[in-house]
Amino acid sequence: MKITATDVTKRYGLHAALDGVSFATPGDVGAVVLLGPSGSGKSTLLRVLGSLLLADSGALSLDGNHLSSDEASALRQRRENGFVFQSFNLFPHLTARENVALPLREVHRIAPADADLRAKEVLERFGMGLHIDKRPSEMSGGQQQRVALARAIAPKPRLLLLDEPTSALDPMMTQEVLDLIRELVEGGQQIVLSTHEISFAKKVADWVVFLEHGKVVESAPAKEFFTAPRSELAIQFLEALTRYR
Amino acid sequence: MIRGAAHNIALRQVLWSIVLVMIVSLAVWATFASVRYHWNWSALWKFRGLIMSGWMMTILISAASLLLSIVLGFGLMIGQRSPWMPVRMFCRGYVELMRGTPLLVQLLVGYYIIANALRINMPIPVGIFLLGSFEGAYLAEIFRGALESIGASQLEAARAVGFDRTQTYRFVILPQAVRRALPGTAGEMISLIKSSSLLSVIGIEEVTQTVKMTNAQAYTALEGFIPLALLYLALTLPLSSWARRLENKFKYET
Repeated sequence: MKITATDVTKRYGLHAALDGVSFATPGDVGAVVLLGPSGSGKSTLLRVLGSLLLADSGALSLDGNHLSSDEASALRQRRENGFVFQSFNLFPHLTARENVALPLREVHRIAPADADLRAKEVLERFGMGLHIDKRPSEMSGGQQQRVALARAIAPKPRLLLLDEPTSALDPMMTQEVLDLIRELVEGGQQIVLSTHEISFAKKVADWVVFLEHGKVVESAPAKEFFTAPRSELAIQFLEALTRYR
Repeated sequence: MIRGAAHNIALRQVLWSIVLVMIVSLAVWATFASVRYHWNWSALWKFRGLIMSGWMMTILISAASLLLSIVLGFGLMIGQRSPWMPVRMFCRGYVELMRGTPLLVQLLVGYYIIANALRINMPIPVGIFLLGSFEGAYLAEIFRGALESIGASQLEAARAVGFDRTQTYRFVILPQAVRRALPGTAGEMISLIKSSSLLSVIGIEEVTQTVKMTNAQAYTALEGFIPLALLYLALTLPLSSWARRLENKFKYET
């Protein structure tokens, strides 16, 4: 997918989470990875790219389509995307199956029987076949995140946006979830991922956007970024992340 | 093994209940015996019809004001979130005024002054209205707390799956808020049933009033009030056991 961001800003009160973000990716990119220290604006950029948050100013386009920033257009744009969050954010009062099927029925207007069937299929594909009637509190973090992934992917989103999807998981669960994400990417799913899992990023990323203090420090093809980062900040960051791995 | 353990706990509960009931009964009996009260149950029995009609009135008034208080509480909760400042201020002021003043004063002023000024001379509907308005203020706060306890991450998840505002309320906020509000609401229901005894001050013959009338006519005293307590318990105990079951049912969410 071709992403173009021009001078995008997003403020929370006085704090500028995105302070004039500009970058552009070529059209043949399938997985964009957002890297940077905590508080660098990765999560905010990911939400703005997915129309989950509206930018205060600046311009964004996806595959040449300008993203509008009024609430009604944002809702329409958002409905074409899937989101996965660090803290899973499943609906606690609904079973795994309902977490997946409810948006299919109510947002994507899929007939109840079909929605139910598709929810079941996706959950089974993600190894959750035995847990489809469990509620989130009855599942481990890794299982919850797989349900969250199923919920995001079931409507067949154009773009899947993942915000540090494994930061709240132990190493075993992290690996399970990363395997699923990798399968999705290899199956042709376009993703935007913010993560601290540097070795995973190296495996899946086509393009890296490196942020610091709400500004883009580097925007480069993944191979180039990981082998020969240009900025001093990126060199330090990569060194810190790989020192003990 | 687990079944056996559960069985064991149930058995112990029954045994302890018997022991506790015996101890308490003995203490009560000893207390009453020491004051040498002359019980006159037969005089009371003649008035059982009057007392039961009062009990039915209590049930009717409680049920009606309960319905009213839920509707009103919901309206006040929404009103406190209104984008329009005077509406927010009015609802906030109403809640503080009703919660901060005695129900007795509200009943006296509401019936003898306000209803009188409006030429409404029907104690039962007025009583239902006044009791419902009083409890509505409490329910508004319970509902508001429940609604505000739904965290920002749930709202973001609702946006992320593409729900619009209405869908977010319908599928995410309300189902969770209602569950959280249920135990507190059940507590208010119990309080409402007991508060209905104050309606005698505006001449409604609910169960407390009919017991007072009985005592006056049959020259009894405690004979009336002990069954009165039991009649209230017959309404409040099922409610609180229902509330407790609800609390257990929703434990899984935390």
